Amino acid sequence: MSPSVPLQEMIRAIRSARTQCEERGVIQRECAAIRAQFRQADNGGRSHNLAKLLYVHMLGYPAHFGQMECVRMIASPRYSEKRVGYLGAMMLLDEKQDASLLITNSIKNDLSNSNQYIQSLALCTLACMGSAEMCRDLAPEIDRLLRASNSYIKKKAALCAVHIVRKVHDLGELFTKAARSLLTEKNHGVVHGAVVLITELCERNSETLERFRKTVPDLVQIMKGLVISGYSPDHDVAGISDPFLQVRILRLLRILGRNNEAASDAMNDLLAQVATNTDSTKTVGNAVLYETVLTVLDIKSESGLRVLAVNILGRFLLNNDRNIRYIAMTSLQKIVGTDHNAVQRHRGTIVDCLKDQDASVKRRALELSLALVSASNIRSMMKELLSFLSSCPPELRSQTASGIFNAAERYAPSQRWHIDTILHVLTTAGGDVRDETVPNLIQLITNTSELHCYTVHKLYRALLSDISQQPLVQVACWCIGEYGDLLLTGECQETEPVQVTEDYVLDVLETVLQSHMSSPSTRGFALTATMKLSTRITENVDRIRSIVSIYGSCIDVELQQRAVEYNALFKKYDHMRAAVLERMPVIEKNSQGHTNGETIKESQTVKVKPGEPQQPANQVQANAAFYTVFSIVATVTVYEKDGVTVTLSCEKQSDSGLTVTLTASNSTESDIRGFTLQAAVPKSVQLHMKAPSGDSLPARGTAKLKTRADMSEVYETKVSPVTS
Amino acid sequence: MMRFMLLFSRQGKLRLQKWFTSMSEREKKKIIRDMTTMVLARQPRSCNFMQWKDLKIVYKRYASLYFCLGVESQENELLALEIIHRYVELLDKYFGNVCELDIIFNFEKAYFILDEFLMGGEIQETSKQIVNRSIEASDMLQETLEEYMSKPAF
Repeated sequence: MSPSVPLQEMIRAIRSARTQCEERGVIQRECAAIRAQFRQADNGGRSHNLAKLLYVHMLGYPAHFGQMECVRMIASPRYSEKRVGYLGAMMLLDEKQDASLLITNSIKNDLSNSNQYIQSLALCTLACMGSAEMCRDLAPEIDRLLRASNSYIKKKAALCAVHIVRKVHDLGELFTKAARSLLTEKNHGVVHGAVVLITELCERNSETLERFRKTVPDLVQIMKGLVISGYSPDHDVAGISDPFLQVRILRLLRILGRNNEAASDAMNDLLAQVATNTDSTKTVGNAVLYETVLTVLDIKSESGLRVLAVNILGRFLLNNDRNIRYIAMTSLQKIVGTDHNAVQRHRGTIVDCLKDQDASVKRRALELSLALVSASNIRSMMKELLSFLSSCPPELRSQTASGIFNAAERYAPSQRWHIDTILHVLTTAGGDVRDETVPNLIQLITNTSELHCYTVHKLYRALLSDISQQPLVQVACWCIGEYGDLLLTGECQETEPVQVTEDYVLDVLETVLQSHMSSPSTRGFALTATMKLSTRITENVDRIRSIVSIYGSCIDVELQQRAVEYNALFKKYDHMRAAVLERMPVIEKNSQGHTNGETIKESQTVKVKPGEPQQPANQVQANAAFYTVFSIVATVTVYEKDGVTVTLSCEKQSDSGLTVTLTASNSTESDIRGFTLQAAVPKSVQLHMKAPSGDSLPARGTAKLKTRADMSEVYETKVSPVTS
Repeated sequence: MMRFMLLFSRQGKLRLQKWFTSMSEREKKKIIRDMTTMVLARQPRSCNFMQWKDLKIVYKRYASLYFCLGVESQENELLALEIIHRYVELLDKYFGNVCELDIIFNFEKAYFILDEFLMGGEIQETSKQIVNRSIEASDMLQETLEEYMSKPAF
């Protein structure tokens, strides 16, 4: 067995190891020696053995065999061993280990030790890794120490109490009285501990909060003392007296003043004083100002004070320091819902921050900019956002794209602008947009009938230059399929027309079909578009026929099915082809747009609550759009036998469903009674049949029986919270 | 409250880890990995604050060491920077012109100092002098007993 080396030599040996393998070798040797030493009876070197083990643990190697040694060391009478033992306990034991319970007794004994440094070790360890049982056991001890000990121990006991309250909420009651009296102490450490404890108690229990509201005058007094007092060498940081305590008191005042007029009034003057007098040249001064601003904005402050706070944030926005700009935007984000106009005044600076080099600042600027878009500034904001989109880091692209879409939908000044914007986004960041963009855009295009020519020209040109962005290609294919005839006329009012022949158009679609960049769904779009063109062009129908028949043996099942069906349309149902492939009717405005709008409103009116996370969860609903490829013909005869005829006519088609009327008539000589109509639909469709107008069919078609049926597609709604 | 404090070198070697909540070894390792990757990837003059899951990450580089604090969302980020700075000042006072090697070879002292400054995820003592005096007194206590037992120190 090699002799064990002192700690520093071991560290040197590990550091001089040139390879990972060598290092592992050294560590294994050392660990073996340490294990052997642990098994031996008490020798002088126990503490440095454990210290060596802790070093090895920090490098990432397993050290669980040291746990029992920690327990033994903590119980040792020697201070040096206790010290390392407690350190080991904090590093190796946590409440999930069984061994941690074994030190409860040692801690209890050490809490009553005559030496304050030993007491402090026990308190520190309890506050670091005390489990709920340990806390319950030792809470009365802590309470005793809170009342009757020196300030060194009191401040530690206060933080220990904070940990206990966090672990076992009910024990808060135990510490309330002691916390109150600690506020009157002179020692800053003790007062700080008391403020932290009171904050914790108030956050957990609203009754306690009510009781502690009475302390607001005392807190104001303490703050005034800190702000006005002259230089105090003990606590001064760059001219500010004890900024740590100041910030903590401000936070407690925020909690006490929230939703309470009286408390907010009592602190008004103080907050105004801190806001105006604090020196903002150094970070520490800005830290205090920042906390003051957060407090002012969260309590029921008077309007003058609020304006002061927003102005401070405005000043922060112009600061050279990136950190200050970052926190300014974070705070403005919290109030953009409630003080919208005040934040709008700083829109220019915020938009400039979009161009900052730093990723964190960019992210904040993006969120705030999206929140500031309104009907009056939509054009200029969109210019900025679109230029941001082309240069923004990849992780922000998806958020930017969806933000732009939402803003465009809400505030578009004209439809042409709306379509242009969406096309711009698709060409710049087509890969990062969400799935429902494609049906939404198609719906938008369909409903803007006066711009069909313009749209199809723009999309055709976009397709010529780039077919890699799938959403763009899908929309373009669909448009060419629907409005290809407008391309071929060679005329367009809104933009320069293209001079193309039918062959060129079909070439483009075939390129998409054959390209390996196209996804299966994109190819489906292209095939259907090709098919639709068969009724819109005059010369090259044979070419379409051949394309369609080739794909009848395609490996992709979806494409194959489509091709086979289209083939059938050519061969057996040619008389129906024109009717089936005619222009799509105007799709009813679906409810998705409204849902999106509501979600945006929800995310904008975030109230400033310190306890809540910064970004609320955005709900994204992904609906598979009920999307009919064919427009249903006016009336179709679906059953004709033995004189009974049933026809089906489409009444209403919306994005979510289809309403049809089934009409039955009887052309025989005698009445038919007890007539019932039954219908079956595939699994992907839901059918609701209403009650028929009757159950008897009079003879010779003198009267008809009508039944209405609603069909809707069964789709999955995925609702997933997204935090950006 | 603060959730954790990590010190690591520019090569990503961990020099100190303090956890203020109970976590499994696996979670700790994952956080260490994430933090080192995120912080080491930052540009030199960028913002010192980042968002990671539901925590704010505040980091600052001093010479060859990165100090990284993970705090909850209601904490004041600028004050967190001050906390890091205060800890560096305490180390500097104790070791006299502290450098990374001091923290490597005397890691247990670094922990003791941290335990006099922070506790349970909160600041324990706001005065530099009091913290320094406590450390010195504890060291004296250790040495006195050591001398008495006439055993070598670490």
